[in-house]
Amino acid sequence: MSEVIDARGLSCPQPVLMTLEGIKKTDADEMVVLVDAEASRENVSRAVRGQGWQVCSITSEGETSRLKIQRGPK
Amino acid sequence: MKNVFVSKWGIIGVGAVIGIGAALLQYFGNPGNMGICVACFERDIAGAVGLHRAGVVQYLRPEIIGFVLGSLAAALIFREFRPRGGSAPIVRFVLGVFAMIGALVFLGCPWRAMLRLSGGDFNAVLGITGLIVGVWIGTRFLKKGYTLGRANRTSTAAGWVLPAVFFGLLLLLLIYPQAEGEAKIGVLFYSIKGPGAMHAPLLISIIAGLIIGFIAQRSRFCTMGAFRDLILFRDFHLFLGVAALVIAAFVANTVLGQFSPGFENQPVAHTQHVWNALGMVLAGLAFALAGGCPGRQLFLSGEGDGDAAVFVIGMIVGAAISHNFGLASSPAGVGSNGIAAVVIGLAVCLTIGATMKPLKAGA
Repeated sequence: MSEVIDARGLSCPQPVLMTLEGIKKTDADEMVVLVDAEASRENVSRAVRGQGWQVCSITSEGETSRLKIQRGPK
Repeated sequence: MKNVFVSKWGIIGVGAVIGIGAALLQYFGNPGNMGICVACFERDIAGAVGLHRAGVVQYLRPEIIGFVLGSLAAALIFREFRPRGGSAPIVRFVLGVFAMIGALVFLGCPWRAMLRLSGGDFNAVLGITGLIVGVWIGTRFLKKGYTLGRANRTSTAAGWVLPAVFFGLLLLLLIYPQAEGEAKIGVLFYSIKGPGAMHAPLLISIIAGLIIGFIAQRSRFCTMGAFRDLILFRDFHLFLGVAALVIAAFVANTVLGQFSPGFENQPVAHTQHVWNALGMVLAGLAFALAGGCPGRQLFLSGEGDGDAAVFVIGMIVGAAISHNFGLASSPAGVGSNGIAAVVIGLAVCLTIGATMKPLKAGA
C-alpha cells in the first residue's frame, strides 16, 4: 500500500505544498495524491514533474482524482 | 479533453488577451490605466447600489458581472462547476474587507497595478513591490502550516448564489440604464463626473468581461498566484501570464497613444510612495491568505466556490467601509483615516496568518 496524501477540499497552494513535503520526506518510490479540483490536479502534476517525479496514472472516483506518482529514473 | 489554456502558451495567450482587452476598454471609455481593475470596479458597484455615497465612483461595472458569468459558462461547459464551501468563511470575509481597504489606499488591485505600470505610471512600481512583499509574508505562513481548512461539497443551489446575484445586478443595469446628467435612475446611483462617469459602452464591457471570465476560468489566471508560486516553488507558470499581460498592455497602450511615463499627474493615482507600497503589502497578504487575487476569487465564485464568493462580498463591503470611513485614497493622497486602517489591517491579517492552523486529530 503506497503512502496517501489527502488534499481533497484544500485550495491552492496547499495540495502542492503537501505533495512536495511528502516527496521530500518519503523513501518510497511511489505515492498517491488525492485531490478534488481540476486546478489542484494540474498544479500537483506540474509540481511533481519539477521534482523529477512523474504522474503515472490518474483515476477518477466520483469527484476525487487519484494521482499515482512515481520517482523518475535517476 | 485536453485543456490548452493550462499550457505555457495558453496562460501567456490569456495574459496577452487581458492586457490588450484592458487597453482597449480604456480606449473605449474606461478610466485611465483602469481598463480593468477588479478592486476599483467592485468599489464602483458598491457605490452604484448605494453602499457608499462617494459621488465620483458609482457605476455598476458590467466587466465584473461578465467575469463571474463567463467563468460560470466555462465551468458548466467543461463540467468544472463544483458547488463547495465551508472553509472558514468569516475569515475569508474579513480578508476580503482588508484586501479592499489596502487596494484602495494604493488605488488599484494587482491587475490595475500591472496596467498602471504598462501605462507608464511609475508609482505602480511601489505598489507592485508592496504586493510582492505582502505575498511573500503570506508564503511564510503557508510554509508554517497556515490553512483555512477544507471546503466541503455543498448543494448545487449554494453554488449558484453568487452568479445569481451578479445576474440580478445585470438585470438592474438593463432596467435602470444610465441617462445623461442623471445621478440616480431607479435604485441605481450613477456618477456624473469622476472615474465612475468614465466607462466603455455597456455591450463592449459585458462582452469583454464574459470573454475574460471564460478564458481566465480555463487557464486559472491569478496575479497573486503568479508571485506566490514563484516564491514558494520557483514555478514560473502563472507569472508568464502576468508578464504577458504587462507586455501586451504596454504595446497596446503605445499603439493607442495611452502611454505616458512619470510619477506625477497619473490618472487616478497619488505619489505617497510609502502608502502606495504599504497599502499593497496589506492587499497582497490578504490575497495570499485567501488563496487568490480579486479576479481569481470572481472566477472561482463562478465555478461554485462559496468561500471565494464570501471573499468577493467582503471586498464589496470593504469598499463601502473604505469610502464611508475616509480610508480610500484619491489623487490628492491617502484618505484621512487610511493610514490607521492599513496598520489595523496588517495587525489583523498577521494574526490570521499566525493563528489559522489545522485542527488536531480528534479535536
